[in-house]
Amino acid sequence: MNGRIAALLRRDLSRLLLRGRGGGAMLPVLFFLSVAMLYPFAVGPDAPLLARTGGGVIWVAALLAAILPLDRLVEPDIELGMFDQWALRGISEELVIAVRVIAHWLSFGPPLMLAALPAAALLGLDAKTLRVVEIGLLAGTPGLAALGVTVAALTAGLRGGAALSGLLVIPMAVPVLIFGAGSLGTGGASGLALTAAASLVLIAIAPFAGGAAVRAARG
Amino acid sequence: MSGFLLSLGTMQEAAPSPTSIAVTDLACRRGDRVLFSRLSLNLKAGDALQVAGHNGIGKSSLLRIIAGLAPAFAGSVSVEGTVGLLDERPALDPALPLGRALAFWGALDLLEESKATGDLARLGLVSLLDVPVRYLSTGQKKRAALARLLGQKARVWLLDEPLNGLDGHAVELAETITAQHCAAGGIAVIASHQTFRLPAMRILPLSDFALQEQAA
Repeated sequence: MNGRIAALLRRDLSRLLLRGRGGGAMLPVLFFLSVAMLYPFAVGPDAPLLARTGGGVIWVAALLAAILPLDRLVEPDIELGMFDQWALRGISEELVIAVRVIAHWLSFGPPLMLAALPAAALLGLDAKTLRVVEIGLLAGTPGLAALGVTVAALTAGLRGGAALSGLLVIPMAVPVLIFGAGSLGTGGASGLALTAAASLVLIAIAPFAGGAAVRAARG
Repeated sequence: MSGFLLSLGTMQEAAPSPTSIAVTDLACRRGDRVLFSRLSLNLKAGDALQVAGHNGIGKSSLLRIIAGLAPAFAGSVSVEGTVGLLDERPALDPALPLGRALAFWGALDLLEESKATGDLARLGLVSLLDVPVRYLSTGQKKRAALARLLGQKARVWLLDEPLNGLDGHAVELAETITAQHCAAGGIAVIASHQTFRLPAMRILPLSDFALQEQAA
């Protein structure tokens, strides 16, 4: 079983991280950085204002960047018949989805946390704020990954699924965003803990909701 | 853990596990149309069955129900033995070279290197291993899917239009491979409107089980 999980994870990572269409993991990172770069242009070079609002902008940019790869998370494998072949080998949809959540997070979570460093410099965040942003991203992005895979599975096979999945993710990501960005204002551990809690709930639901969605899409 | 699975695999090879398909009073519904009903069949090790009938009569649906991938509308299906499915989708990553796309399934199926090499040579795929799957022709993809099926070492083969896109030589090859699978105690169910030459194959005309008013 471990060998099978390793094989699935290897395939997912090489698809999402290295050689995916649309630049793999680079596209969300570049998108994230361009938002961080555009924001000072839009609001003007007011350093205190940028420092006060910059953390929230990083969170919004991270959420939107996580939406970018959604359309190639689940649907291509349903079309290729991969899920059918896995089912025949006794590999459940739940396992595949759980592995995919891990792969999806690895493909955008750590890269975004790295990209948050130059973004923080662009927005003039101080070290303390940056620390809260980084810990918040570490706690929140796994939840965003789980949510992304779940919604990708739910919208697979629908016409305009890509646009729809973006719209579905945004409202459901609001708790993570509120606690994550909220922890910047209070600077306290409680906000981060709630971010992690919201994240864990999403991670716990994802394999079952995603697995059921894939089976329903198969018809 | 993987050592345990490996020994389990070799055990199965040594003493063939029981292989059978029993379908009782099966009905299949697509949308709000009942495609066929009261279908019963029994297959035991070594049997081959061709499901015949015109397009849309439910050949693929029958195969998917037997595979457990689609629900039966009524009736029951019980299958003993591992199931392999070959349909119009090769389940190989289009962007990957053929060799790596097949290696993914080889890793999942605990496929031995020697058998993999032998199967590839037999299907004439060796020269294509570096070619990305999306550049392969329909027939080449079909042969690649056959390699995936052989590597799975499943007892029950469900072949959905296995000859589509294959040239004369490859058709004979597919027939020989399927005949050998049955001779080794496997079961093959073939859904095709083309002739599939196999020794002692039964033919199931699915139109016999189509509902009267729908057939008209």
